[in-house]
Amino acid sequence: MAVTQLVGSKIHRREDPRLITGHGHYVDDFTRQGTAFAAFVRSPYAHARVKSIDITDASKAPGVVGVYTARDFKGLLAGTHPAAPAFVAEKKYVPERFPIAEKEVTYQGEIVAAVLAENKSQAADAANMIQVDYEDLPAVMDLEKALEKGSPKAHLDGPDNVCWDFTYTGPEITEAAFKEADVVVTQRVLQNRLAPVPMEPRGVIADYEGFDQKLTIWMSSQNPHFIRLFVSGALGLKESQVRVISPDVGGGFGSKISPYPEDYLVPALSKISERPVKWTETRSESIQNATHGRGQFYDCEVAAKKDGTLLGMRVVQYVDVGAYHGTFGAFQPVACLMAGGAYKWKGISARTIGVLTNRVPTDPYRGAGRPEATHLVERMVDLVALELKMDPVEIRRKNFIQPKDFPFTQNFGLVVDSGDYDKALDKALDLVGYKDLVKKQAELRKQGRYMGIGFSTWIELCGFGPSAATAPATGGIALVESAQVRVTPTGSVIVYTGTHSHGQGHETTFPQIVADQLGVPYESVELRHGDTAEGTAFGYGTYGSRSLAVGGVAISRATGKVIDKGKKLAAHMLEAAEEDVVFEHGSFHVKGSPDKAKAFGEVAFASYGMNLPEGMEQGLEAVAYFDPPNLVWPFGTHIAVVEIDAETGSPLLTKYVAVDDCGNIINPMIVDGQIHGGIVQAIAQALYEEVVYDDETGQLRTGTMIDYMLPSANEIPPILLDKTITPSPTNELGVKGIGEAGTIAASAAVINAICDALSPLGIKHVDMPATPDKLWKMMKEAGK
Amino acid sequence: MIPAAFEYARASSVEEASKLLSKFGEDAKVLAGGHSLIPLMRLRLAQPAALVDINGIKELDHIKEDGQKLRIGALTRHVTIHNSPVVKEKLPLLAEIASEVGDNQVRNMGTMGGVIAHADAAGDYPTLALILDAEIVTNKRTIPARDFFKDLFTTALGPDEVVTEVVFPVANGPHKYVKFRRRLFDWAIVGVAAQKMNGGWRIGLTNVGPTPVRAKAVEEALHQGAKPEEAAQHASDGLDPAGDLRASPEYKKHLARVLTKRAINQAEGRQ
Ligand SMILES: Cc1cc2nc3c(=O)[nH]c(=O)nc-3n(C[C@H](O)[C@H](O)[C@H](O)COP(=O)(O)OP(=O)(O)OC[C@H]3O[C@@H](n4cnc5c(N)ncnc54)[C@H](O)[C@@H]3O)c2cc1C
Repeated sequence: MAVTQLVGSKIHRREDPRLITGHGHYVDDFTRQGTAFAAFVRSPYAHARVKSIDITDASKAPGVVGVYTARDFKGLLAGTHPAAPAFVAEKKYVPERFPIAEKEVTYQGEIVAAVLAENKSQAADAANMIQVDYEDLPAVMDLEKALEKGSPKAHLDGPDNVCWDFTYTGPEITEAAFKEADVVVTQRVLQNRLAPVPMEPRGVIADYEGFDQKLTIWMSSQNPHFIRLFVSGALGLKESQVRVISPDVGGGFGSKISPYPEDYLVPALSKISERPVKWTETRSESIQNATHGRGQFYDCEVAAKKDGTLLGMRVVQYVDVGAYHGTFGAFQPVACLMAGGAYKWKGISARTIGVLTNRVPTDPYRGAGRPEATHLVERMVDLVALELKMDPVEIRRKNFIQPKDFPFTQNFGLVVDSGDYDKALDKALDLVGYKDLVKKQAELRKQGRYMGIGFSTWIELCGFGPSAATAPATGGIALVESAQVRVTPTGSVIVYTGTHSHGQGHETTFPQIVADQLGVPYESVELRHGDTAEGTAFGYGTYGSRSLAVGGVAISRATGKVIDKGKKLAAHMLEAAEEDVVFEHGSFHVKGSPDKAKAFGEVAFASYGMNLPEGMEQGLEAVAYFDPPNLVWPFGTHIAVVEIDAETGSPLLTKYVAVDDCGNIINPMIVDGQIHGGIVQAIAQALYEEVVYDDETGQLRTGTMIDYMLPSANEIPPILLDKTITPSPTNELGVKGIGEAGTIAASAAVINAICDALSPLGIKHVDMPATPDKLWKMMKEAGK
Repeated sequence: MIPAAFEYARASSVEEASKLLSKFGEDAKVLAGGHSLIPLMRLRLAQPAALVDINGIKELDHIKEDGQKLRIGALTRHVTIHNSPVVKEKLPLLAEIASEVGDNQVRNMGTMGGVIAHADAAGDYPTLALILDAEIVTNKRTIPARDFFKDLFTTALGPDEVVTEVVFPVANGPHKYVKFRRRLFDWAIVGVAAQKMNGGWRIGLTNVGPTPVRAKAVEEALHQGAKPEEAAQHASDGLDPAGDLRASPEYKKHLARVLTKRAINQAEGRQ
């Protein structure tokens, strides 16, 4: 029998026809009968005292069901916004956060009032009629100034603006390395603040049915089970009384992991009004209020020997926390733990400082901490190479962790599971034609043209994660993953996963795994996710490139349990001993006699009948949880080629190649898609995107998509991909995550290329985004 | 976001549009392609009490050759202008500019009259209209382009005045529009139009001031025989552009000079 192998095949994404032809179901596509529509009044000030709120006119406006301010929610919602310990065990000051401000607003966009009306327009009109009397307060915007004694405070009643100040490893760790050094390079490296801009903004529908005290929430989330946990807690309901349904989700990039004020307020409004309540975020609200990413800077020193051997690194990370601690805001300091990159170091000293400001909170954004780490170390290594007049390729090779070193315990005790960094680098050099490029660069330089080649030999850690690491990081719940595999009497298979795709293609990849394992047609396997009323007791969501490396393994294990039970039943049906039954290509047969066989479907049907072995229960289904023993460690090499217009400073990406290694591949097309998307997002950070607030007033200056520079396909060069495959020893599928890899890798390659292009002018470092006006100014200054 | 409530009426002739505008009064606005007006309404930066939709007035959608003139109806879409064989032959620079306005969606909806009436500092047609001494025809009068653009988003149009046509001279000598922007669908950070006409150069600048600018000093220098790179140095003479997130005033002035040189060189087939 010919066996088609699904795993490893470029199967078209099953979800695409639905999504592309408008047959998807996003939150805004649903409306309950009798719905009231919510609109929120948000602070136009970055920091102000709320003196009074006049709702008289708004309350009388056409169609208004009710107008509500903080007081109306006080008895209904308890507790404060959850702030996970993540990578910072001790915090100095975590401001209390109620979903709606009463006396003080601390960022532009913070909610001060809510309106319910019969339709969206009436709600918006009435919201405009609410008169709020504010007293403007000084806004805390600059991280360094915020740390000075006597600085204005982001919260009037806070002790200061220090959310955390945590030292992982003190300077003593690197003392020997710096003593031994021939060269020390020092650089401040900025990470521009980014808005996530998912194609689908957020949305919440809540229907609280007072009669049975049941709450159903539809929302666009990466993480429905955690939302159920948080929202039920705040509303004083049992988790069992709350159902969260997250239908098709149009992107998240991390911004739909944590709960938001509206996630509490909309259910509370449903309870108050005794009606279903719907709120759909506008694009302006999304840019203003969805948690931002990055927003950091790093002060870094690297010590090295004359021959290019890297010795030590000292890094202090400054994180713009925003006005409140994002639920997973303390995840970004993972950048400190990953600052060593793909290299061996004698010592790394690392400290992170989280600073409260009057901007919207930051939280994980695609890559969360690992793009920052890659960007930092790849920049620093280039600076060392420049100082030593070494080829950037050679310095990397000299310091790589070698294949024989794995599993490799890095400076912070994390165990890098596998890798072969030279192999990926070699392949990428071939692909880009490095030797020719270097020649071409020399020629162009003679003509006064600025062409540069930039490298990023990146590594990351993902697949969160092992219970020992993640339970303390969340405050108790280990980020393992669950799966349930159910076989119906007619042999079709429904797989439930606790992960939740927001564009990753889980409906395709996960059935590929199950169909192969069970030997059944791909079409008969269905994936379900995003509904807390279905599947396992708890799911952990999709972020941190974890869905396959953790969730996929749980699915494979649950499938294994189904096969085990099937084998018992088949043995009974075949009147053979269980040990003598083998399962191959979707059929159970007696060892040595392939004719004595029962197809998987026959066994499934029989499992619902009466003739079962002694003690066996009816049905064919299984649940599995996978607690990974380690994180997984993808890696690769990206190379960017740029040319900078000598007259205008405009950077043009002319070539981009990427060789990535994510272990075994389930669907190469989906992997390529994830890498493409990730690279584009990082090119965007490197060249285009930045959330800009006014330095003085804290007013958002990039509030629309005209000003917030999201690039389009036109601005992206063709991206050439290749891969190496180094299976992960951490899980039996040999897989590693790939959802964030492109974003983790690419900004460093682009900026390194720009710095390389401008090196003849003596320019050593350029911060992101490298815009034409910025580059022109630097080139002009350098030319003086 | 959701616009504030407004009255809506669809006009089937220019007279009807004009009547409706007078009926609704000062706060009424013409709705053409909607690609400038509706974004502003969604942000509630514009809150017209009424919209008079002119999309049904078929006679405003035309491209007519009229001797040494080209008459472009106010409702003619960017895509129509870009694809028009007549425009390509008689005023190829206009076809070139039309092909680079916004993206496909914008070009399918946006209109000649809308750009002219809206008078965004970064609008591309106004620059061309200015340097070619085009005329803006309304239901009431004909206004020379040089008298039309008064200030940022401010024109000579009265409240119940409707633009019906923009009349350009035929010009098919060397020409180029260089539009500097970060993203292909973006407005110009700075744009430079160069058109050779009757033996002389017409040079115009987009988005370096509240209204389009004719770079007379450059034209004069070229006339005196200066090389393009020398003449282009005058492109920033007298400019006082406002800085924004994309470009500082100095950078805009620098771009005006660099792009002027490029526009002239490229118009003459040099790179
Ligand atoms: C993403 C994007 C990118 C863009 N990029 C560019 C660009 O690069 N260059 C560029 O030039 N434009 C650009 N535009 C603007 C686009 O060309 C608009 O279509 C144009 O500015 C307005 O034309 P409209 O027909 O859409 O007018 P509308 O939006 O309908 O109206 C605009 C204003 O003009 C008035 N008006 C319209 N027609 C008449 C008339 N006949 N008589 C009197 N008043 C009238 C309206 O009352 C309103 O005040 C862009 C727009 C978008 C959304």
